[in-house]
Amino acid sequence: MAENKEDIKAQVLEAYKNHRALQIQAGETKHFYGRNINGEPLSLLKHTGITEYEPSELFITSHSGTPLIEIEQAIEKHNQMLPFEPPYFGSTATVGGMVAAGLSGPRRASAGAVRDCILGVDIINGKGEYLHFGGKVMKNVAGYDVSRLMCGALGTLGVLMSITLRLAPMPPCEQTIAISLNPNDAIQKMNEWANTAMPISASFYDGNDLYVRLSGSLSTTQACIDIIGGECIDWSDIFWKNIREHAHDFFITDLPLWRISVPPNTPPLKLSGSYVMEWNGGLRWYATEDNAEYLRAEVESVDGHACVFRGNNTEQVFHPLSDVSMKIHRKLKHAFDPAGILNPGKMYAEF
Amino acid sequence: MLLWSKVYIDMSKSISLSILTQRFHQVLPEEAVLTNKEQLYPYESDGLTAYRQLPRLALLPDNHDQIKAIINICREFQLPIVARGAGTSLSGGALPHAEGVLLNLAKLNNIIEIDPNNRTARVEPGVTNLAISQAAKPYGLYYAPDPSSQIACTIGGNIAENAGGVHCLKYGLTVHNVLALKILTIDGEILELGGKYFDSPGYDLLALMTGSEGMLGITLEATVKLLPHPQQKKVLLAAFDNIEKAGNAVTGIISEGVIPAGLEMLDNLTIQATEQYCSPGYPPNAAAILICELDGFEEELNSQIILVKKILKDCQAIEVRLARDEQEAELLWMGRKAAFPALGNLTPDYYCIDGTIPRKYLAHVLENINGLSKKHGLRVANVFHAGDGNLHPVILYDANASGELETAEELGGEILELCIKVGGTITGEHGVGVEKLNQMCVQFNEAEITTFHAVKAAFDENALLNPGKAIPTLHRCAEFGAMHVHEGKLPHADLPRF
Ligand SMILES: Cc1cc2nc3c(=O)[nH]c(=O)nc-3n(C[C@H](O)[C@H](O)[C@H](O)COP(=O)(O)OP(=O)(O)OC[C@H]3O[C@@H](n4cnc5c(N)ncnc54)[C@H](O)[C@@H]3O)c2cc1C
Repeated sequence: MAENKEDIKAQVLEAYKNHRALQIQAGETKHFYGRNINGEPLSLLKHTGITEYEPSELFITSHSGTPLIEIEQAIEKHNQMLPFEPPYFGSTATVGGMVAAGLSGPRRASAGAVRDCILGVDIINGKGEYLHFGGKVMKNVAGYDVSRLMCGALGTLGVLMSITLRLAPMPPCEQTIAISLNPNDAIQKMNEWANTAMPISASFYDGNDLYVRLSGSLSTTQACIDIIGGECIDWSDIFWKNIREHAHDFFITDLPLWRISVPPNTPPLKLSGSYVMEWNGGLRWYATEDNAEYLRAEVESVDGHACVFRGNNTEQVFHPLSDVSMKIHRKLKHAFDPAGILNPGKMYAEF
Repeated sequence: MLLWSKVYIDMSKSISLSILTQRFHQVLPEEAVLTNKEQLYPYESDGLTAYRQLPRLALLPDNHDQIKAIINICREFQLPIVARGAGTSLSGGALPHAEGVLLNLAKLNNIIEIDPNNRTARVEPGVTNLAISQAAKPYGLYYAPDPSSQIACTIGGNIAENAGGVHCLKYGLTVHNVLALKILTIDGEILELGGKYFDSPGYDLLALMTGSEGMLGITLEATVKLLPHPQQKKVLLAAFDNIEKAGNAVTGIISEGVIPAGLEMLDNLTIQATEQYCSPGYPPNAAAILICELDGFEEELNSQIILVKKILKDCQAIEVRLARDEQEAELLWMGRKAAFPALGNLTPDYYCIDGTIPRKYLAHVLENINGLSKKHGLRVANVFHAGDGNLHPVILYDANASGELETAEELGGEILELCIKVGGTITGEHGVGVEKLNQMCVQFNEAEITTFHAVKAAFDENALLNPGKAIPTLHRCAEFGAMHVHEGKLPHADLPRF
């Protein structure tokens, strides 16, 4: 198993020379996400370690194979957090997998996404070159933003080696309230509240109840609960962790699970099956047998896009790109990985 | 690839101005095609006036079809294109190209839609930054990134530079606030990116376009995020008798878990200048002052103010002042906002530098800047976004005094290299433009710069969009490297030097 920078570089270089596809792996918790591909495994599981963490500077740098849990434990001690509340989908999740998948959790709508917190990366490109982009500071416009380009690219543009993330202070207090509402009212209320200064840090609607999390000082959350109304729930932390980790009952299903992004204020979609909503209505999960073409057309009609999150025996996992966009995607892929050896086909069949 | 583009651009020289004018008249009204010198002078430079260059022509389209037609003609004749918003770039990003077309987008200034329910604004590229917040105001919303130039600069320019402002410590830069873009590619095709949702399929091209200095495509339309106004704001001033203590206070506030909406520092020279200019009432003898704006829900704010006051006192502030009402708050901000014109009154010319450093090195770097200032015999004032470590040293000089401009540039370059040395970057928000090409060679190695060129080529193979900006050629780096040996190593040692 490749352990250090030089070993990993050597393996990529070898694959480049022989035009052999590599399948980049680490904790294998998000392996299911994206298209199924073949290739010689390139494991980053041993490329671990936090290399720089200074609480006062609000950033942490670590090697990509570092377990996410190790990072969260280190920063928790200083009352800091990863603002985007990343899903693990398994205890072996690594920071590299988190960035490659680019998935964010419940706090996303208020605190930003993984990509918003990327300050810098080191990568090995498809020619085996070790490159550094971005840095440790929040404001940095030197050169194109290659660091953020890596986020969500599913390893198709480079092997992530080291990552610097921006951190945020943890709120002193969090409380969650539940209110019984019909779907239309739930969507309307979430967006009405999002238009106020109330520190709402998460929202979730299960078809009957709307759950809203407030984060701030105790007096602030209390004041907001008085405005919003509803019942405070116990075990707020565990509730949101279950949503983040897809351990909530809804996600336990044999049906294909669709992840649908729409403008938050979009009325309920005309799809069959069951669904839940997060992010003020901007993220909708559907467990449905609806045919992909029909579903995507419906989602497009409200200016959204859809991806088959789990249960994907399909060719087209992510929403199809326009011809112009596909052309640029292929050229970018070629710019970073001319031999097409890094997770080829993981995102789209075309590259 | 680069060689090819040179051949093409040489070809563009051979086409006469009258033929070009004729072609552009076929797609634009007569008054939208500017060719004579008097008409072209206003475009000669942007906010970085040390660089001047007239374009061959300037074009003022007012709709997408015209812009598309212009791009097609430029592609046919291989004419370089420099897009321009308000021309306030401070890095020469909007400096015209001698052989090319200056594409002025100021006429595309419609706000297409404010969508209060999804908290978005869809606008044309020539809309000014402030106009977006003004249009959103009736809905209790605003556009957060607020560069000091916000009354003039355009959203197209903001996106190209990934502009920041005094409030980006808490609310992010342009890249955190752009949701969707409609881009015209050099092939004359429309590339739609993002939407009114939280993520997009495919690569994060929105992030790639933001801060790309007009080199990957022309922004025709942008959808940006709007935020509700904070319920309350409070502004504090703290004065210190030395810079180190002020620097410690900045780190102290952030380490205690407070993210102020804005946290700005002014040094003594700037304090003196602003007092003379508009009397904001800053303590005249302080070595440095901090202006700290906190915002949020009322209950939250009250507890934060108590905490911040304590931190400031613990860091030995000689004075801590809380603005009692909006007027007093405005007065505290006034000096900061007037700092540049105020410094302008002290000197015939000034040169504003823009580097970012890890906050903990603030005192160290400011001290070293002071040393460099003495070494070169030019005064340097500091007024900057302390909360995110984004320095703006302002070098005071006189362009008419022989050699002073060159000295100022040399001093500026040394300050940027100092930023890199402590783990920072050569530009926080103003962009590389033509100004910091040499320092790019210090921050990035050959393979990284080659990657940037490859990204550019994926969008614009013949390098027609804003050529020569932002990313230095390897040749240039080799030449610059020949003069600059870093940490005992000669960069790009394998390239020929001539
Ligand atoms: C007094 C003053 C204060 C400033 N304060 C700040 C500050 O606080 N924060 C900050 O970040 N900056 C600041 N700036 C710098 C400047 O205002 C910003 O960089 C701004 O974003 C430039 O916008 P513009 O419309 O003037 O663009 P221009 O200067 O016209 O162009 C800038 C770049 O954008 C490109 N461009 C413009 N429009 C488009 C388009 N539609 N499509 C593609 N490319 C395009 C140009 O080619 C060029 O590369 C300040 C400048 C001044 C003069």
